[in-house]
Amino acid sequence: MSQSSLAELSGVTKRYGNVVALDGLDLEVRRGELFAVLGPNGAGKTTAISLLLGLQRPDRGSARLFGQSPHLVEPRRHVGVMMQEATLAAELRVREHVALVASYYPDPLTPDEALALTGTAALGNRPYGKLSTGQKRQAQFALALVGRPRLLFLDEPTVGLDVQAREIVWAALRRLVDGGCSIVLTTHYLEEAEALADRVAVLARGRLIASGTVSEMRALVVRKRITCRTALRVDDVSAWPDVQTVTRDQHGMHITASNTENVVRRLLAADEDLQDLEVERAGLAEAFTELTQEATQ
Amino acid sequence: MSAVLTQMESTQVASETPMTPRRVWRAYAVEAKYESLRMLRTPGFAGPFLALPVALYLLFGVLLFGTEIAKDPAAAMFTFLGFSVLGVMGPGIFGFGVSVAVERDQGLLKLKRALPMPTGASLIAKMLMAMLFVAIVMATMAAAAPLGHLRMSAGRLAGVSLLNILGALPFGAMGCFIGTVASGKAAPALANLMYLPMIYLSGILFPLPKSMHWIAELSPAYHLDQLAFACLGAGSEGAPAVHALVLAAVTLGFGALAVRRLARVG
Repeated sequence: MSQSSLAELSGVTKRYGNVVALDGLDLEVRRGELFAVLGPNGAGKTTAISLLLGLQRPDRGSARLFGQSPHLVEPRRHVGVMMQEATLAAELRVREHVALVASYYPDPLTPDEALALTGTAALGNRPYGKLSTGQKRQAQFALALVGRPRLLFLDEPTVGLDVQAREIVWAALRRLVDGGCSIVLTTHYLEEAEALADRVAVLARGRLIASGTVSEMRALVVRKRITCRTALRVDDVSAWPDVQTVTRDQHGMHITASNTENVVRRLLAADEDLQDLEVERAGLAEAFTELTQEATQ
Repeated sequence: MSAVLTQMESTQVASETPMTPRRVWRAYAVEAKYESLRMLRTPGFAGPFLALPVALYLLFGVLLFGTEIAKDPAAAMFTFLGFSVLGVMGPGIFGFGVSVAVERDQGLLKLKRALPMPTGASLIAKMLMAMLFVAIVMATMAAAAPLGHLRMSAGRLAGVSLLNILGALPFGAMGCFIGTVASGKAAPALANLMYLPMIYLSGILFPLPKSMHWIAELSPAYHLDQLAFACLGAGSEGAPAVHALVLAAVTLGFGALAVRRLARVG
């Protein structure tokens, strides 16, 4: 385990009966990064996080947290956790929940500091059971960071949040990374990973199929998109080399191509009146879709 | 400006401060405090288990049979101790059984396992909560005792209260086991399946015929009741040491089964 590595799975295999949840997975969370773990449902994201948190044991391979077994309480004292499926006691007030979790850590924030940081100060005296779904997520976010963790695990932190609350969470995450915290994020919102992540890992069928920065992930997908207004026919353009798909709508013709330069040259040569030419690189969402489709085919 | 600075400071990760033993003890205490608070704030739990034993004691021991009991000090003691043991059983069996099962269903125990909660803090907190509930029940029973014609010194009353507070341990262990094998929906039924027959078949509220005595001996409620008689210097059936051993065995046996299952299934 390298100096910069905070949590690591090495060659981990995990089965549930006949189902292989993880298949020889290697995963590393480095110091000071926001690391997004992406993948379709059943890809093994939750199992991977559970192993890193010591909630399960691998059938093969090893899981390390701050260089130690995650089953020990000591490494977990540097960790904050937000789980999607956890339901807290309805009868306790939000501030009481935060105070309880703060008591587990050696040098935590005060409950009021944690509430202020997550924009939930107004919820402090309210019973948890009376909160809306989005407010519950915000309160759980306060629980996750009250221990001033060096590593934060967040499972779908912004599900159910309105735009304003999501902005507060994103801003807090950026400040936490600036303050030296590393974050592991699982999310279905690819724009969230695109906006926040330093590094992305894509899992499919329990295996790591790609990892790198968001730009590196986009670059893995050579496909680019061309949009223009042209009198050329869809069927004609579809038959050109390097062209993958062609559609037309009220905004014009949309072409995806593996070699956009060749296609653009030919478009300009074939239609002198061509207008509004735009070339875009595939986004993370397209990269994700293509990568996971390839892996599951 | 100061608010901005505070927020910037609050996003700094913690220094390498070790968790002092004092903070670990504090974590256990905070867990117990909030476990008790939330159960006291649950009317469906606190109402029946705090009020029912003394209400039934007043109904049967004062209103319905008060005249007969007034003439028989042994009957007064039998009634008082019986309803006291009834008050010990509920918080442990239901407080543990249902809350552990519900928390397992809701992923709360899993979250606490992922967080750096000190080892066993959640279960210890529930045990202390059950003991607090029994302490409250015993305070209400002690307050009602003069109406039930109980003649007992304050010291002996305190002794039997302390015994019953410790008596929450075996019932808590039984409840904990229920919580680890049943879902949140099934746990109340399973707890009742253990609780209701035990009330009637342990002989704590009315004497059983000799032919059914062996059934009573299977019940920890019977052994706690007999230990309370011995504690008061009244005649008890069997040796107090045997009763204490049975209660200890039930606590350790069910406790070990529950902890083993929690470690396996979470």
